[in-house]
Amino acid sequence: MRHLMSPLDFSVDELDRLLDLANDIEKHPGKYKHACDGKKLAACFYEPSTRTRLSFEAAMLNLGGSVLGFSSADSSSAAKGESVSDTIRVISCYADICAMRHPKEGAPLVASQKSRIPVINAGDGGHQHPTQTLTDLLTIRSLKGSLSDMTIGLCGDLKFGRTVHSLINALIRYPGIHFVLISPEELRIPSYIREDVLRAGNIPFEEVERLEDAMPQLDILYMTRVQKERFFNEEDYIRLKDFYILTKSKMDLAKEDMLILHPLPRVNEISIEVDDDPRAAYFRQVQYGVYVRMALILTLLEIDTSTLSYADKESTGGTQC
Amino acid sequence: MLNISGIQEGFVLDHIQAGMSLRLYHDLKLDRLDCSVAIIKNARSNKMGKKDILKVECPVEALDLDILGFIDHNITVNVIKDSKIVEKKELRLPKMVKNVISCKNPRCITSIEQELDQIFILTDEKKEIYRCKYCEEKFRNTKKR
Ligand SMILES: [Zn+2]
Repeated sequence: MRHLMSPLDFSVDELDRLLDLANDIEKHPGKYKHACDGKKLAACFYEPSTRTRLSFEAAMLNLGGSVLGFSSADSSSAAKGESVSDTIRVISCYADICAMRHPKEGAPLVASQKSRIPVINAGDGGHQHPTQTLTDLLTIRSLKGSLSDMTIGLCGDLKFGRTVHSLINALIRYPGIHFVLISPEELRIPSYIREDVLRAGNIPFEEVERLEDAMPQLDILYMTRVQKERFFNEEDYIRLKDFYILTKSKMDLAKEDMLILHPLPRVNEISIEVDDDPRAAYFRQVQYGVYVRMALILTLLEIDTSTLSYADKESTGGTQC
Repeated sequence: MLNISGIQEGFVLDHIQAGMSLRLYHDLKLDRLDCSVAIIKNARSNKMGKKDILKVECPVEALDLDILGFIDHNITVNVIKDSKIVEKKELRLPKMVKNVISCKNPRCITSIEQELDQIFILTDEKKEIYRCKYCEEKFRNTKKR
């Protein structure tokens, strides 16, 4: 039995197979709509994250499965002081697979050690959020055709943004990747990424402060939100939150086939006027998030997809944005 | 020549960093063993200037040398049997240490989950970096010279 704790749990080959499966789901959603008939996903969310939870729920429902769970710690047995180890033993009796979100780092790993069903880390504090990274990889690969030989701009909060750190760690496994790290001085990439990951791996990168300077060379622009909860004082947050705002005029500097990604929710960092630009890929990214979670559920449940038929492909419904 | 007089079976731990012997005594939980222990502080050493030495009379399987390797792998371990040195053990950094140190990250699950072992994994042998198995927080080994 396999779990998913970190995006690096999958080898490059395994990841390729997972993303291939996700692309097949995208093309033939009808083929998969009964793949998980009778299976149950437990969405154990110890802190609210509506977006991630709904994405998992949509994924399981698209596969014909059903969903149970809780969406905050105070509505769960955790409020009565039950340990994660005990909770997962109980959940193992109710469901076939579990997606766990927890504010404490490493909680899903603790769960996986005691679980009889596959556990997916749906975000553990500031530590890992592997399905976001899988979503980002699927989006890039689907819209660009590959994960190698490109210049990727990462913009915004590079210090605390775990999605950015995970994405860097995942992308350096592919050849020809060049990073442009765009951030204000205070929110630069932490040294353990700069030294231990980028320099140690001989990965070409540059650090700039102005988005305009980086724009013309980018194939992908990954925008992030500056999160209020990361700051100790309100002033710093207010000063930095609007440091980058992607506007139409900045988009004029970009390549015609550049893609804008964002893990969402956005606040001010992408102006609404950019949404209609064909290069804005962040809502398509949400759709890919569902496909990749579907592929992940099928993979971890070890469901044989080779026997599924295309017969039902007409009546898909609900899986296209 | 190292003086091991008086020990039938046990260990002589040599080349301990000067001043560290009492700390080792506690970390090895020697206070819980019913055995004779000699602590020699600030002995002269060609290699180190000053060093501490610990002599322990105990069954050889009574000590957890993994912990010793974690605390300071430069210590020389002489294993004594029948009043003779039968082995000089090389200490290596253990791949994993369990319940020796605890995670200081307040956001780590180890801070709230009951009866969870504190496990640290050697992630970089060259730089001697251990990370919490759960949150991957780096442990800074302040005991190192
Ligand atoms: Zn920890």
